[in-house]
Amino acid sequence: MKEGRPRSFYVLAIFFAAYVLFLYGPMIAIYVLSFQGPQGGLTFPMNGVSTFWIAKLFQGTGIVDLGAAFRRSLLLGVIVMIVTVVLSVAAGMAFRRKFKAQSILFYSAIASLIVPSIITSLGISLEFRIIDDLIKAHWNENFETSMGLLTSGLGAHLTWTLPFGLLIMFAIFNRFDPRLEEAARDLGATPWQTFRHVVLPIILPSVIGIGLFGFTLSWDELARSSQAIGAVNTLPLDLQGLTTTVTNPDIYALGTVISAVSFTVISLALGTIHVLNRRQAAKGSDAGKGLV
Amino acid sequence: MDMSEEVLQQASPGLIPGSGTARAAKPTRLSPSFISWLQAGPMMLVFLAFFLIPLVFVVIVSFWDYNEYQLLPAFSGRGYTDTFEGCIAQLPDLCTIGKTYLMTLKLCFLVWALTLFIGFWVAYFLAFHVKSKTWQMGLSLLCTIPFWTSNVIRMIAWIPLLGRNGLVNSGLVKTGLIHQPLEWLLFSEFSVVLALVHLFTFFMVVPIFNSMVRIDKSLIEAAYDAGATGFQTLVNVVIPLAKPGIVIGSIFVITIVMGDFITIGVMGGQQIAAAGKIIETRVNALQFPAAAANAVILLAITFLIITMMSRIVDIKKEL
Repeated sequence: MKEGRPRSFYVLAIFFAAYVLFLYGPMIAIYVLSFQGPQGGLTFPMNGVSTFWIAKLFQGTGIVDLGAAFRRSLLLGVIVMIVTVVLSVAAGMAFRRKFKAQSILFYSAIASLIVPSIITSLGISLEFRIIDDLIKAHWNENFETSMGLLTSGLGAHLTWTLPFGLLIMFAIFNRFDPRLEEAARDLGATPWQTFRHVVLPIILPSVIGIGLFGFTLSWDELARSSQAIGAVNTLPLDLQGLTTTVTNPDIYALGTVISAVSFTVISLALGTIHVLNRRQAAKGSDAGKGLV
Repeated sequence: MDMSEEVLQQASPGLIPGSGTARAAKPTRLSPSFISWLQAGPMMLVFLAFFLIPLVFVVIVSFWDYNEYQLLPAFSGRGYTDTFEGCIAQLPDLCTIGKTYLMTLKLCFLVWALTLFIGFWVAYFLAFHVKSKTWQMGLSLLCTIPFWTSNVIRMIAWIPLLGRNGLVNSGLVKTGLIHQPLEWLLFSEFSVVLALVHLFTFFMVVPIFNSMVRIDKSLIEAAYDAGATGFQTLVNVVIPLAKPGIVIGSIFVITIVMGDFITIGVMGGQQIAAAGKIIETRVNALQFPAAAANAVILLAITFLIITMMSRIVDIKKEL
């Protein structure tokens, strides 16, 4: 099988290239269109080039209070990211031993991933409504609501990010060599020292990957937020609201700004992972390279 | 604190000011099972509070009564009877809920078939034809990046292409293939399927690719040496070994489309009825028990599909 590439390679390479074009083509179209001139419309051809529509978003004269929604989404995204990383790493460590309720947690995570988002969202909203009713009936008649960005909203997002975090931890520890920890223990390290100085540095690139998933999934989350976020909107919810009413390119401008944040976070995370991997390769241990 | 400090701390605790107070107390040995609870407990609590209990509430509320503006906590089957209204009277015609589920299943099937076809060949190309690990990583990343960006943006991205004055229509008119712009390109079943395939093929590619890279390449060479044609190798070696990935990807795509209401709403111009959309409509009308009843029905059907599919493969073994 050494006589060059088979014909199927070229057929599939073209197929793959077409798929990538299909993935990126439409998105690139709206990034370009968000730089329409002030007179420009929703479609090509471009009517001049300007940053008019993007500037308009930040002036707050547009249709939504972009600044407030932006800050809310960012705050929620960062909190979701931190909680996802901490809880996933902790639970991932727990799964390396047998423990009771192991399969309950595993199946909860899988179910949370595949039960349609609208059902989870509806359930959370019912739960909080019932809690509100109880508080109003028994403690405080003037109580408004316990639903909100950092209560029901945070919970809704976590049901989406934690399963991904847990599955990534499984993948990490499938490849992890437990002899490294044994060595640390034999040298007298406490469990915390073993974790802090041996386990964590090795899994750090993947942990940053979990953070990346946590933030981006929350930043773009829509279906689960829809019923559970309470009175305020996140940025994707505002954007979705605009799809039915807007006839100007500001919707593309908003799309471009949201994507810019996504791409910044993605490149930061991937860059950090790359640097950490290179450092590990350069300065890492010689474990497994001989001297049994 | 660096290593030397750590060692110092071990030797004589209290020497480094300000540190160690948290762990100064003689550490009592915790039992391994207690540590496991401590580690896994927080995540379990989140799932309990925001997933399992809410599901229970959905089931309970689906049996409550309601009027125009509030929930009435009294047993009633009204959520369900309202949902199936006219289903018997209109026979042999389908009632609204029947038509809606038929439409949902149709969309589901189309999207599943298309994502499976595209996902399979993309994964096949990455797993078998891209030999260098670096290229494999790079190209996989290329497929993953859109997954980290907003779904709504990836939906509205089709508007400038498919709209009445969009690129596709103006291109076709210019070349003389059509005289009137095509109306069915946007806000139609076509655009819904297109957008769903665009958004969710990723969920097919990843598990199928994972199954394929685990296939021992010598098996394929053995098939080749034994005289199998490329097609025979594909059907008898690659597809059976990639089956777990195919099933997991299918479960993902099917459950997403079954419950979808956003893509169907935005790309269907809010005109197409689907299972997830009914729930949203009922919630907006504050008819929570009816919404919950619909959620229970959707959950039951989704669960049925997953059970049928997971008969084929043990999900837990494949992770």
